[in-house]
Amino acid sequence: MNIVVAIKHIPSIADDLPVSGNNVDFDSVDFVMNEWDEQSIEQAVLIKEAVGGTVTVIGVDLIEELDNALHLALAKGADKAVKITADEPGADSHMQAKWLAEAIKGMSPDMVFAGVQASNDIDGQIGPILAAYLDMPYIGGTSSVEASDGSAMVVKEFAGGAGAKYSVGLPFVAGIQAAPKPPRYAPISKVRQIAQTATIDKVEPSGDASGRLSFKKMAPPVVTGHAEMIEGSSKEVAAKIVELIKSKGLA
Amino acid sequence: MSNDVFVITEHMDGKFSDVSFEMMGKARELASALGGQAVAVVVGGGVDAYVFASDATIHVDDAALSNFNPEAYGKVIEALVKEKSPKVVLIGWTITGMDIAAWLSARTGAPCAAYAKDVCVEDGALVVSSQVYGGKLTAEVVLEGDMAIVACLAGSFPAEAGQGSTVATVTATPVDLGSLKVKFVEAIKPAGGDVDITAQTKLVSVGRGIGGKENIELAEELAEKLGAALSCSRPVVDAGWLPRTRQVGKSGLKVKPKMYLMLGISGAPEHLEGMKSAELIIAVNTDKKAPIFNVAHYGATADLFEVAEEMLELL
Ligand SMILES: Cc1cc2nc3c(=O)[nH]c(=O)nc-3n(C[C@H](O)[C@H](O)[C@H](O)COP(=O)(O)OP(=O)(O)OC[C@H]3O[C@@H](n4cnc5c(N)ncnc54)[C@H](O)[C@@H]3O)c2cc1C
Ligand SMILES: Nc1ncnc2c1ncn2[C@@H]1O[C@H](COP(=O)(O)O)[C@@H](O)[C@H]1O
Repeated sequence: MNIVVAIKHIPSIADDLPVSGNNVDFDSVDFVMNEWDEQSIEQAVLIKEAVGGTVTVIGVDLIEELDNALHLALAKGADKAVKITADEPGADSHMQAKWLAEAIKGMSPDMVFAGVQASNDIDGQIGPILAAYLDMPYIGGTSSVEASDGSAMVVKEFAGGAGAKYSVGLPFVAGIQAAPKPPRYAPISKVRQIAQTATIDKVEPSGDASGRLSFKKMAPPVVTGHAEMIEGSSKEVAAKIVELIKSKGLA
Repeated sequence: MSNDVFVITEHMDGKFSDVSFEMMGKARELASALGGQAVAVVVGGGVDAYVFASDATIHVDDAALSNFNPEAYGKVIEALVKEKSPKVVLIGWTITGMDIAAWLSARTGAPCAAYAKDVCVEDGALVVSSQVYGGKLTAEVVLEGDMAIVACLAGSFPAEAGQGSTVATVTATPVDLGSLKVKFVEAIKPAGGDVDITAQTKLVSVGRGIGGKENIELAEELAEKLGAALSCSRPVVDAGWLPRTRQVGKSGLKVKPKMYLMLGISGAPEHLEGMKSAELIIAVNTDKKAPIFNVAHYGATADLFEVAEEMLELL
């Protein structure tokens, strides 16, 4: 099974997100791998372990910082790493999907995985756009993908534990919500060692597309309400929460 | 080209989801601003489509569409919008709508705005507010072109305005559904046998901030002392710390307890979808900018472990 996994580096939402112009100020935030990409790498490696094959990770390097994520993917079991060298932090999902599609076409994949979403894809997720550009079907929100003889058995989650099983002919694009197992851990020492020895194939961006959105502004949400904040030490906070719950007759 | 506003409705087991009605209400508002019609689009077999307050309802009725199939639904919707060229297409930013919205954008060339919390017409242009970065930022974008796709977050508009009884026009599928690569095999039902978190009056809910499986016990103890059940956010389940039956949110369960005590949950839109109508929401989070503080009734910028230990002392 030849599996291509598209991975994305995004600003960590655990941080403050200062805005500069109409976007996050990329120079003052930490970048992390999109959490659903960890799931899709795991899903791809599980399939490789089950039926054999190759896992290639690919990303558009928007801010020249993708190597860490690619090394991490290799440490978790991917076989090859490719980056599209586009130093264009503002490129939208359609543009990035076009570059990815052009690069992926030549790889003749059986399956292409993307994360189900990232938190900053305003003009839509890359997975379905990529599928449209590659002329392959798309199925997102998956919690299990199993290879079986020219096709795959895919479980798509709905909500509250409900879902459905689909049989999908190869090749296709999946938007991975979760792998059947929690993503494996790669020790830092292994990632470091890979960083020294691995080669990352570089590809020039090719093709053009646009999501056709124009930004008016990006800012913290205008809030209509805010929690009443309980101040003080943890001990005081605990006491006030207990008091509050008791006063409402809930404890 | 028309000035119509299409709502791609969604249903499960014959029942339309709230977001369908929410979008329908919004569509009426937009259609009147644009001078077009608000049209409900129902794709699916075996559903009663006479439930919307639309100007018209189109029901593509085919047994092959009874269950959601991203390829089949996508192709049907693509053919419909290409034929009727509405000005706006509203789709739910839901587990099913997410498979369609951006795909349709790529297939039609129409722009798509995801995570929409609000849509309005300003000087003839469509302006969308999108909630991005887990709810920490809002982007305001203008959609260019003759047709625009807006993928709406559930719970963004009132549902009542979209409820009605407009008669549906039934049509056959505009595309051949015989040669699809994606085939529905079977439905998967939720696993039973665990606590039903939707039936609880009190929930203690833990997020990624709980840090690891070994810390679940602390939260469990606190929940027990409070007579509450333990629920959680999605990453806690994906990491294998609690079972799927305990997950609250978009892909989890919707809860409405009298008390929802949140420990280490940031308040991403997908989590809020499942709990924002709880009667008393208390959030403990070390990040003073966590979006949950815009929704909770009471909040504290504090370490959950310290607060939980201290609460246990007091109870
Ligand atoms: C299609 C789809 C469906 C989804 N469905 C759901 C769903 O049903 N339910 C759901 O919850 N999510 C869902 N998600 C995921 C959602 O986008 C968020 O990733 C998730 O809600 C984040 O969970 P969290 O708040 O626990 O984690 P994080 O966002 O990582 O937040 C952890 C929080 O803990 C705080 N924290 C850390 N340490 C401490 C400490 N010691 N004391 C106090 N606070 C601390 C941090 O400040 C942070 O705010 C879905 C996503 C997608 C794409
Ligand atoms: N620049 C990129 N390079 C590679 N993959 C990407 C990129 N942007 C998005 N993706 C893929 O698309 C998924 C969803 O991201 P997004 O489209 O931003 O919601 C990610 O998890 C990746 O798999």
